[in-house]
Amino acid sequence: MKTISPARIALVIACALVLIYLILPVLIIVPISFSSARFLTFPPPSLSVRWYQQYFSNPAWMQATQVTLTVAAFTVLIATPLGVAAAYAISQSKLRIMRIIHVALMLPLVVPIIITAVGIFFIYARVGLVATLPGLVLANVMLGLPYVVISVLAGLQSFDPTQEMVARSLGMNRLRSFFAVTLPQIKSSVTAGSIFAFISAMDETIVALFISGGQYQPLTKRMFTALRDEIDPTIAAISTLMTAASFMLVLLASARQRKSA
Amino acid sequence: MLALVSPALLVILLLIVVPVGWLAWQSIYHDGFTLEHYRRILIEDVYWRSFALTFEISLLVTVLALLLGYPVAYAANAVPRGWSVVILALVVLPFWTSVLVRAYAWLALLQRTGVINQFLHYLDVIGEPLALVHNTLGTVVATVHILLPFMVLPLYATMQKIPNDLMQAGASLGANPAHAFFRIFLPLSLPGVLAGSTMVFVLCLGFYITPELLGGGRTVMVSMLVSRNVELYNQFGAASAVAVVLLVSVLLIFVVVSRFISLDRVLGQK
Repeated sequence: MKTISPARIALVIACALVLIYLILPVLIIVPISFSSARFLTFPPPSLSVRWYQQYFSNPAWMQATQVTLTVAAFTVLIATPLGVAAAYAISQSKLRIMRIIHVALMLPLVVPIIITAVGIFFIYARVGLVATLPGLVLANVMLGLPYVVISVLAGLQSFDPTQEMVARSLGMNRLRSFFAVTLPQIKSSVTAGSIFAFISAMDETIVALFISGGQYQPLTKRMFTALRDEIDPTIAAISTLMTAASFMLVLLASARQRKSA
Repeated sequence: MLALVSPALLVILLLIVVPVGWLAWQSIYHDGFTLEHYRRILIEDVYWRSFALTFEISLLVTVLALLLGYPVAYAANAVPRGWSVVILALVVLPFWTSVLVRAYAWLALLQRTGVINQFLHYLDVIGEPLALVHNTLGTVVATVHILLPFMVLPLYATMQKIPNDLMQAGASLGANPAHAFFRIFLPLSLPGVLAGSTMVFVLCLGFYITPELLGGGRTVMVSMLVSRNVELYNQFGAASAVAVVLLVSVLLIFVVVSRFISLDRVLGQK
């Protein structure tokens, strides 16, 4: 940083502009959500919380919120143990097939989500899981698994497996030694992974568009349908709340991860 | 050990392998084997144009994301640690905001009565509002925004591994900064460019929410072809065939790219 060359100034300006482009749309919904105007006017004529009141007093939005939170909670409860067990097995086993299994567990990140969504819709239609709560939860468990596996595998990489062997040599069985020795040390990666699975379930839209219906529609599906019709500022209020929730959860997760690193 | 992975594996099998397998089956079998759906993709204009448009948009989005993402990754790598944390946080935070929320934000920014048009009108720059959304432009602007983190993160990871000494060695041998950048830094960052571009391109190929909400019905990307065939026309076989072609394209890209760099790098695990 000794000389200030034109190239450096150009770089700083380019970088600043791109960062504004990245962050501005995320921030712009906040003033819109607090605007008193029915139609989008910027800057807002005056501030109000009417769109938040609209959201909290509307039974359809409240029901959708309940569905979203229920699905996300069950997703975490199921995806976390499955993901931890899988990550543990992948990191400990020397079987060659584990490599393939590892790749298979990453499939939800690789297959375009629209394809997964339509495929699940066809299967659910055959077994009667369309528009049900278990159907939504199962799909989100699948979508959330990679996040848990990636996070826990990263945590296990810095864990020394000989510690667990010591516990076993002292007479603990494998299960007890895992819970007593290994789990406490990878706890923060497990928490981080489950937080990411929660956010993934909370934000998931495309699969829900195809497989959810009736009283079991999550927030995102109702928002999507509302967005196709008109720009209702209530959605700005919901978006602001969702974004605030995501940000707090991400901060929590990264604080956890830093602690484990 | 196999018993420990089997529950997770079962979920993956039942909820992604079986559904995708079913799609493949349904695309060729309906009361007997048929390649009719694939034939239609090849000869019918609607399908052809949609695939061409999707590849064009994905290419455009990838190039734009690279042009916008490279300086950011470069800056994050060059500045002192405190600043690079700030830059990376600004890149990652939008990444964890719902895609739907960001599509809504772009709608609010770009529409006829949106923030940008009102602002430009207020400044007297324009008389009539500009058509910024409900077209391909709006789709591209929002899609680049959503996919940019997938470009910046692998770029940054690759740049981190380029030793600083190399640039200094170049400078001491008489290369000016631009020369050193183009001859030393840029070539060494190419694996990151490939990893980021692959991820952005592949994700864009299957993108659904932004073209559906911001494309105004004219920008029919492949994903919309799939959903319309299911939701509007009940053409399950046609939808399945389109999905299979899309999936095969994605897998082919991964296979080709994996000949040059490790796939772990593309998926951002290393």
